[in-house]
Amino acid sequence: MTTREKILGEVLQNQPSSLPLPDISRFRGEKQDVVQKYKTVFESIGGKVFLVENVEAIKVLIKQHYDTGKRIATTLPEMTDVFERIIPNVEPYTYEDVELAIINAHFSVAENGAVWLSDEVMGQRVIPYICQHLGVVVRAESIVPTLHEAYDIIGEGTYGFGGFIAGPSKTADIEQALVLGAHGPLSMAVFILE
Amino acid sequence: MSQPTTKDHAALAEAFIKDEERVDWHDGALWYIREKRDIASKGIPEWEDLREAASQIKSNVISNLHEYLLQFEANLKKNGITVHWADTPEEHNEIVYAILKAKEIDQMVKSKSMLTEECGLNEYLEERGIGVINSDLGEYIQQLDNEPPSHIVLPCIHKRKEEIGELFHEHLGTEKGLSDPTQLTRVARKHLRNVFMTRRAALTGVNFAVAETGEYVVCTNEGNADMGAHLSEVQIASMGLEKIIPQKKHLGVFLRLLARSATGQPITIYSSHYKKPREGQEMHLILVNAGRTRQLGRKDFQDSLKCIKCGACMNTCPVYRKSGGLSYHNTISGPIGAILAPNLDMKRHADLPFASTLCGSCSNVCPVKINIHDQLYKWRQEIVKEGYATNTKVFGMKAMAWTLSSSDKLATAGRAGRWFMQNVPFVVNNKLNPWYKQRDMPEGPKESFTEWYIKNEQNKPD
Repeated sequence: MTTREKILGEVLQNQPSSLPLPDISRFRGEKQDVVQKYKTVFESIGGKVFLVENVEAIKVLIKQHYDTGKRIATTLPEMTDVFERIIPNVEPYTYEDVELAIINAHFSVAENGAVWLSDEVMGQRVIPYICQHLGVVVRAESIVPTLHEAYDIIGEGTYGFGGFIAGPSKTADIEQALVLGAHGPLSMAVFILE
Repeated sequence: MSQPTTKDHAALAEAFIKDEERVDWHDGALWYIREKRDIASKGIPEWEDLREAASQIKSNVISNLHEYLLQFEANLKKNGITVHWADTPEEHNEIVYAILKAKEIDQMVKSKSMLTEECGLNEYLEERGIGVINSDLGEYIQQLDNEPPSHIVLPCIHKRKEEIGELFHEHLGTEKGLSDPTQLTRVARKHLRNVFMTRRAALTGVNFAVAETGEYVVCTNEGNADMGAHLSEVQIASMGLEKIIPQKKHLGVFLRLLARSATGQPITIYSSHYKKPREGQEMHLILVNAGRTRQLGRKDFQDSLKCIKCGACMNTCPVYRKSGGLSYHNTISGPIGAILAPNLDMKRHADLPFASTLCGSCSNVCPVKINIHDQLYKWRQEIVKEGYATNTKVFGMKAMAWTLSSSDKLATAGRAGRWFMQNVPFVVNNKLNPWYKQRDMPEGPKESFTEWYIKNEQNKPD
């Protein structure tokens, strides 16, 4: 008997009689004021929010707020005229010195400040984690109230990797003192396109 | 009667509580997190409904685990992930070693995984010439100090920043006396980013494994799991059998509960869904039993497998807060550890279900509504029945049973107790009485309630 058969056999023998799954369709959030709610929550977890009209406005904000003398990389086609385009076919560690990465999110979640990203928009899976600062662009109309609506949109998904990101990397492991920038980005900004 | 093979919880806690200032700080820090959990949960009007739904989903999981494991395995394979099964911690460690060996890898980076702590993976690999670095900051600090984590979410919550500064001075060459948390974190960041860049293999734990899609979710605040995984050519995930959830939409319920229960955050910074290897990368997932099927067969204790490892029961527990996680001498400490550990080794962990006041606070905050305090009480009965309780405990309980068996005996015992405490307090206020440690005994009341009641009734005007 293989280990697999042994374990599965014991599980089958020991599991109690089947109990039903609950209906969770009743869990729903309120669609109203999601942009404002998102902004409040995201700022409370250490993020920055900019409400913008178009991608050109984001370019201006980046020049004001970040060190453009350093490496800035993006997956947004509208930005590759001024910033480096992230390409998939290079070793991921070569992005270690990216100062700012700007990528599109599929949508964001008002109740917790998270943006949803899949490897389809990241260019490279490591990008939103390895950069020193992260900038994410999200359309105002795509913001959903809670994670329940979020998973309705994600569905099964065609991605190989996807993730929610809710703010800059953080730790409170030393005496519960909050420090932004543990291993990943020191800051995170969300540009909401209205 | 059998005695535990190591020092028991009370003896280990005694060392921890010698430093009163530290105990007060520890107690306060954890209670502060409990309060943050309360604020976060009250922001969700349907919180109690969510807990109930989560509990029901997990009941469905443990009662259909066989089917879900088969479904999960099939979907993992479809996604290009190699599946391994391990019945024991040793088997798990052998599998990891074989994967690394085949690729001639001798250094690995690991994100937080209580399971691999439970398996003693680091020691096993180090004995075979493979270096492992824990990348979660708290676990990294614990590794530097050669100590296990004391809390499943906050691994070094029992340490003061000066002690961490001293460890960094010794191991990382920082200046002596540095104790600022931000500066210490920056030093670790620099050091660990270099580790991520140079490791070909990364191992992570698993928070939720979705049977329906064959993907798994890892939650961190630091981003260490992702840094390791996305820079590696071999990615390994180790999970206990019970981490399965049926459908992807159920993540909505669990991710809403997890971080709010753990630290009061609305969600962890990173909730990463791993589904397929990246091009040129190998992905392995190890399904580990290590006693879980046995716990599944224990009717009174099978619900402990619903745990999502948020640590809320630890933060709220008056005994945990005052005794520290290391005094539980088990990878998972606190109330949940005390109901999981006896399943692994009842004799060795016979003391743990007694490290509780049975106040029930753990059950009240548990996001999946495990009846933790009931299970603690049931383990006590099991342990005494199996003959694993200490002699003093057995004698004490027998004396208690005799005293409570009739009202006359109780009244006599009460009178004797009050007389001793009033007239010869040194008989109880000495180090032979464990209740006297770190505290004074209260002044004995002059009379019992029964005596007061009878006197009062007699003096009542008709």
